[in-house]
Formats: sequence, C-alpha cells, structure tokens
Amino acid sequence: MSDLDTATRADICAAAIADAFKDDGEIFASPMGMLPMLGVRLAKLTSNPDLVISDGESLFLAGVPPLFAKADVVEGWIPFPKVFDVVAYGKRHVMMGATQVDRYGNQNISAIGDFARPQRQLLGSRGAPGNTVNNRTSYWVPKHSPRVFVEDVDIVSGVGPARAKAAGPAAARYNDIHRIVSNLGVFDVKGDRDTVRLLSVHPGVSVDQVREATGFALDLPDDVPETRLPTAEELIIIREVLDPRSLRHREVPEEKAP
Amino acid sequence: MTKGPRDKQMSIDEVVGELRDGMTIGIGGWGPRRKPMALVRAILRSDLKDLTIVSWGGADVGLLVRAGKVRKLVYAFVSLDSVPLEPNFQRARQASPESGLAIAEVVELDEGMFQAGLRAAAQRLPFLPMRAGLGSDVLVNNPWIKTVTSPYAEPDGSTEELVAVPALRLDVALVHLNRADKHGNATYLGPDPYFDDLFCMAADRAFVSVEQIVDTAGLTVDTPVQRLLLSRMMVAGVVETPNGAHFTTCTPDYERDEKFQKAYAAAAADDEAWAAFEERFLSGDEAAYQAAVQQFQEEQA
Repeated sequence: MSDLDTATRADICAAAIADAFKDDGEIFASPMGMLPMLGVRLAKLTSNPDLVISDGESLFLAGVPPLFAKADVVEGWIPFPKVFDVVAYGKRHVMMGATQVDRYGNQNISAIGDFARPQRQLLGSRGAPGNTVNNRTSYWVPKHSPRVFVEDVDIVSGVGPARAKAAGPAAARYNDIHRIVSNLGVFDVKGDRDTVRLLSVHPGVSVDQVREATGFALDLPDDVPETRLPTAEELIIIREVLDPRSLRHREVPEEKAP
Repeated sequence: MTKGPRDKQMSIDEVVGELRDGMTIGIGGWGPRRKPMALVRAILRSDLKDLTIVSWGGADVGLLVRAGKVRKLVYAFVSLDSVPLEPNFQRARQASPESGLAIAEVVELDEGMFQAGLRAAAQRLPFLPMRAGLGSDVLVNNPWIKTVTSPYAEPDGSTEELVAVPALRLDVALVHLNRADKHGNATYLGPDPYFDDLFCMAADRAFVSVEQIVDTAGLTVDTPVQRLLLSRMMVAGVVETPNGAHFTTCTPDYERDEKFQKAYAAAAADDEAWAAFEERFLSGDEAAYQAAVQQFQEEQA
C-alpha cells in the first residue's frame, strides 16, 4: 500500500496542505472543511507535532484522531468566545474555503452578485475579515475553476495583502495570506504587486491547465515545479490512520497520479 | 420570615407579551446551536412586526425572516452547518424589494466585530476598537461604521487606524440554557457558553428559556460553579421550555435533530411544501409543536 505510484490527487492535496502548516510552530491550526482537517492532522503527525488542533467545536485535542472521530485525550478548551481571543492574539493559522478568490488574494464567502440584492446569498462574511488582518490565513479550493478564481471578487470577505496595505498599517501589520491550495496546484500571494502566484502544479497537472482554469492572469514563475508526492509514511497515515473510510475522495475524486 | 430574591418564572406567551413592534432583539446561541427556539416560535405566532434581529444566525433567523417579522437583520453568518446555506435567509436575501419577501435592511459584520459590538453594549461604551473589518467590504457595505485613530504611537512611530465597532445595544435578549433557578441564575451544561452572557448584558432586559428549572442548590449539585453563566441580576424572566431549543443542539440534553433540520430545509425550498410544514409544525402552540415533532420522530425512526 505504500507504493508512491498509487498516491491520489486527494493524497497530494493533503500533503500540500500539511506543508502549509509545517513551519507554523506552536499555534492553533484551524482548518475549515474536510481536506484542510486531514492536512492539518497529517502535519501534526509528521512535520509539526507542536501544532494545537481542535475538534472544530470546543476542545483542544491532545491526540490526533481520524476525521470526525471523537478525541481520546483533551488538552484544552476553545469555545467560540475564546477563538476570537486567539484570533486577536495571533497564534493561529486558519485555512478557510473560498467561493471566489481574486488576483489579489481577496476571498469571498459572503454572496455572489450585488450585496444589496445578491444573485446568490452565501454564508456571510463569517470570520474572514478578522482572520485576514489578525492571523495567518490560507484557502482551500477543491474545484479549481474560472468561477472560483475570478478577476475581482464580488464581495471582499477575506482581505488580500494589497487591500490590507491600502487600508493602513493596522490592517497590514498582521495580514499574512500564506497559501492557496487547490485540486490543481499550490499558490501564494507574493507575485508582482501582491498578486496570486503559482508555486507548484500537482503531478499530472500542466501549467496551461491551471492557467485555463483561472479567471485572471496568474503570476507565473519561469520554472514551476511539481507539488511533491506524499511520502510512504504520509500515505500510510492518511489511509490507515486519519481517513480509512476514504472520505477525502468525496471532495477530490480519486485520480491516479502518473 | 426571610425574604428571597424575586421569582421570575414566566410563560412563553408572557415573555412574548413583553416584546413590542420595532424592538431590537438579540438571540443567543450560535448558528444551529442552543437557540431559544420555543421563544422564536412564539414570536412567529404573535402579531409582532418590524423587528431588528441581532444573531449569529441559524434557523432562528430563517424562521423569523420567512414569517416577515424582520425589518432589519444584524448578522455575521446564517447557517445550519450540516445544511451550510440557510434556505429561508437565502430566499429573502435574493428576493426583489418589491416582492415583500426581502429583508429591508441588513448589516453583515465579521464574527469578531459582532462580539466586540455586544461587548461594547455590555460595557455601556459607544464602540470598541479592533482590526477586524479593515480592508474588507464590511466597511464598504456599512459606510456608517467608522474608524478611529489610536491616540498612541506604535514603536515604529506609526499610529494605527482601527475599526470603531459600534455598540450593538439590544432592547431584549432571548437565550436558551440547560438549567436555571426561578430567580434567573442559569447554567449551560454543554461544551460552549457561546455569547449568551454578553447578549444578556447588552440588553435592557433578558429572558432565559431553559430545559429545566431547579432549586438554586441544584444548579451546582452535579456541575462546576464555572458553568453558572448567567447571574439573576442580568435576567428579567425565566421560562421552562423542555426541548425548547429543538431542532438546534442543547448538549447534553439533546443534539441537533438532523432529520428534522433536513425536512425544514427541504420544505423551505418550495412554497407549497413550506405551507404544509407551517401547517403541520408552526400553526399551534409550543405543546402542539412538540407533539408534532414527536410524531415526526416516530415516523422517521
């Protein structure tokens, strides 16, 4: 089972998400959604055992249980009021979803269309405005398409670095949009004039494919490497420990890397 | 004869009788968690109108909006979690102003701004400063929310311009906890206090519904004193409403009724189905609701 040729796209995404958290040190890793949860737990079991993780509800978990399992040992209490304390404290890295992300790394989860009367009302801004000016923030996009990666988001929920700078030092000081991981590749927002830049394409994905699936001009370095394959250890952890029921393939359908 | 503190027990209808058209009402809990649904259902049955609702919203917001009770909504999100997009809220937001289905005024805040606004109100301050909101469209869509410049220089000589989150003052707060005594001291037994204490302190008057009213001594018999979230000095009235948070969570008394929530969401998508849902579940009083729910659960079992 540890044959590297059998890594699925979801496995590769999980390892790429784990890598987004590997240099974070001892902070609260706050994943929204299934693949981010898998990636964070993978990081805690491999590259960054100091990560503080929660059950997504109100408990800090000392152990690293499989997706959606109950904790064995609890190491702390993190009810919603305390989450906001940690956001302001700054020792947190959240990976949120994004209905839209634009060229400048702004994110929208509020609504599609005009705010006064949206074509499609979404969740609302949730904590995105506060997250993005207080603690490290990344995004996970399971279906990379021009409908998600748009020139301009309809509503700015999460604030990208250019807008944060324009809003002044209080907004820019802790603005830290770290990674955008999609089912096609890995990005940051350190391109020309704080734009989204392609850091790597997942094995089996071409740069052209990413470009076509993106609704704005990506910052493209001359040499774009492939996202690394998960190690044999990571594959075993993903398959046998964290996600034995293969829930990850509901979000990113199974597809063999070449 | 020693005198004790007041007995504040009320009925659901007496609580709703204290509400007036146009009031600003804060609703505790969080999304689909520990919402004072029995009180919300009673508002649905009332003639109340033009309410301003302040809520980290779930079906409380969806139901009130669908019933046309809400003139203004202050929220950071409205979600049922396992059903991410609240269908009745979504429908109202997408409706044309002429349809009569839309919410006349919405204030969408960041989640943390919402807490800061309640905290400012609870502390009787006009605002509290914070970073959240800066650079985002929260400030674009709410141009009345101002920034404030710090009077203190940072070590690098700069001065920060922060959001002055306005106080979210409430006429009334409605919250649901697990237990209370008849005086209004109340405990939560689940994993999270949410912000129910802040709601109560941000409001002129707070009404608490609970699963069970017990003796004061009973409040700490089997749970730590730290779970006593509400002091009676914050509380104007207490009402016992068993299963009163249904279909939201009220851990450990019960979890979310996912099957019912699914039925709610499905019904909301269609006018005819919604009429049938209303007829079956929302046309009678709380006892009728609970009886209809029990029948629903037996059918689903």
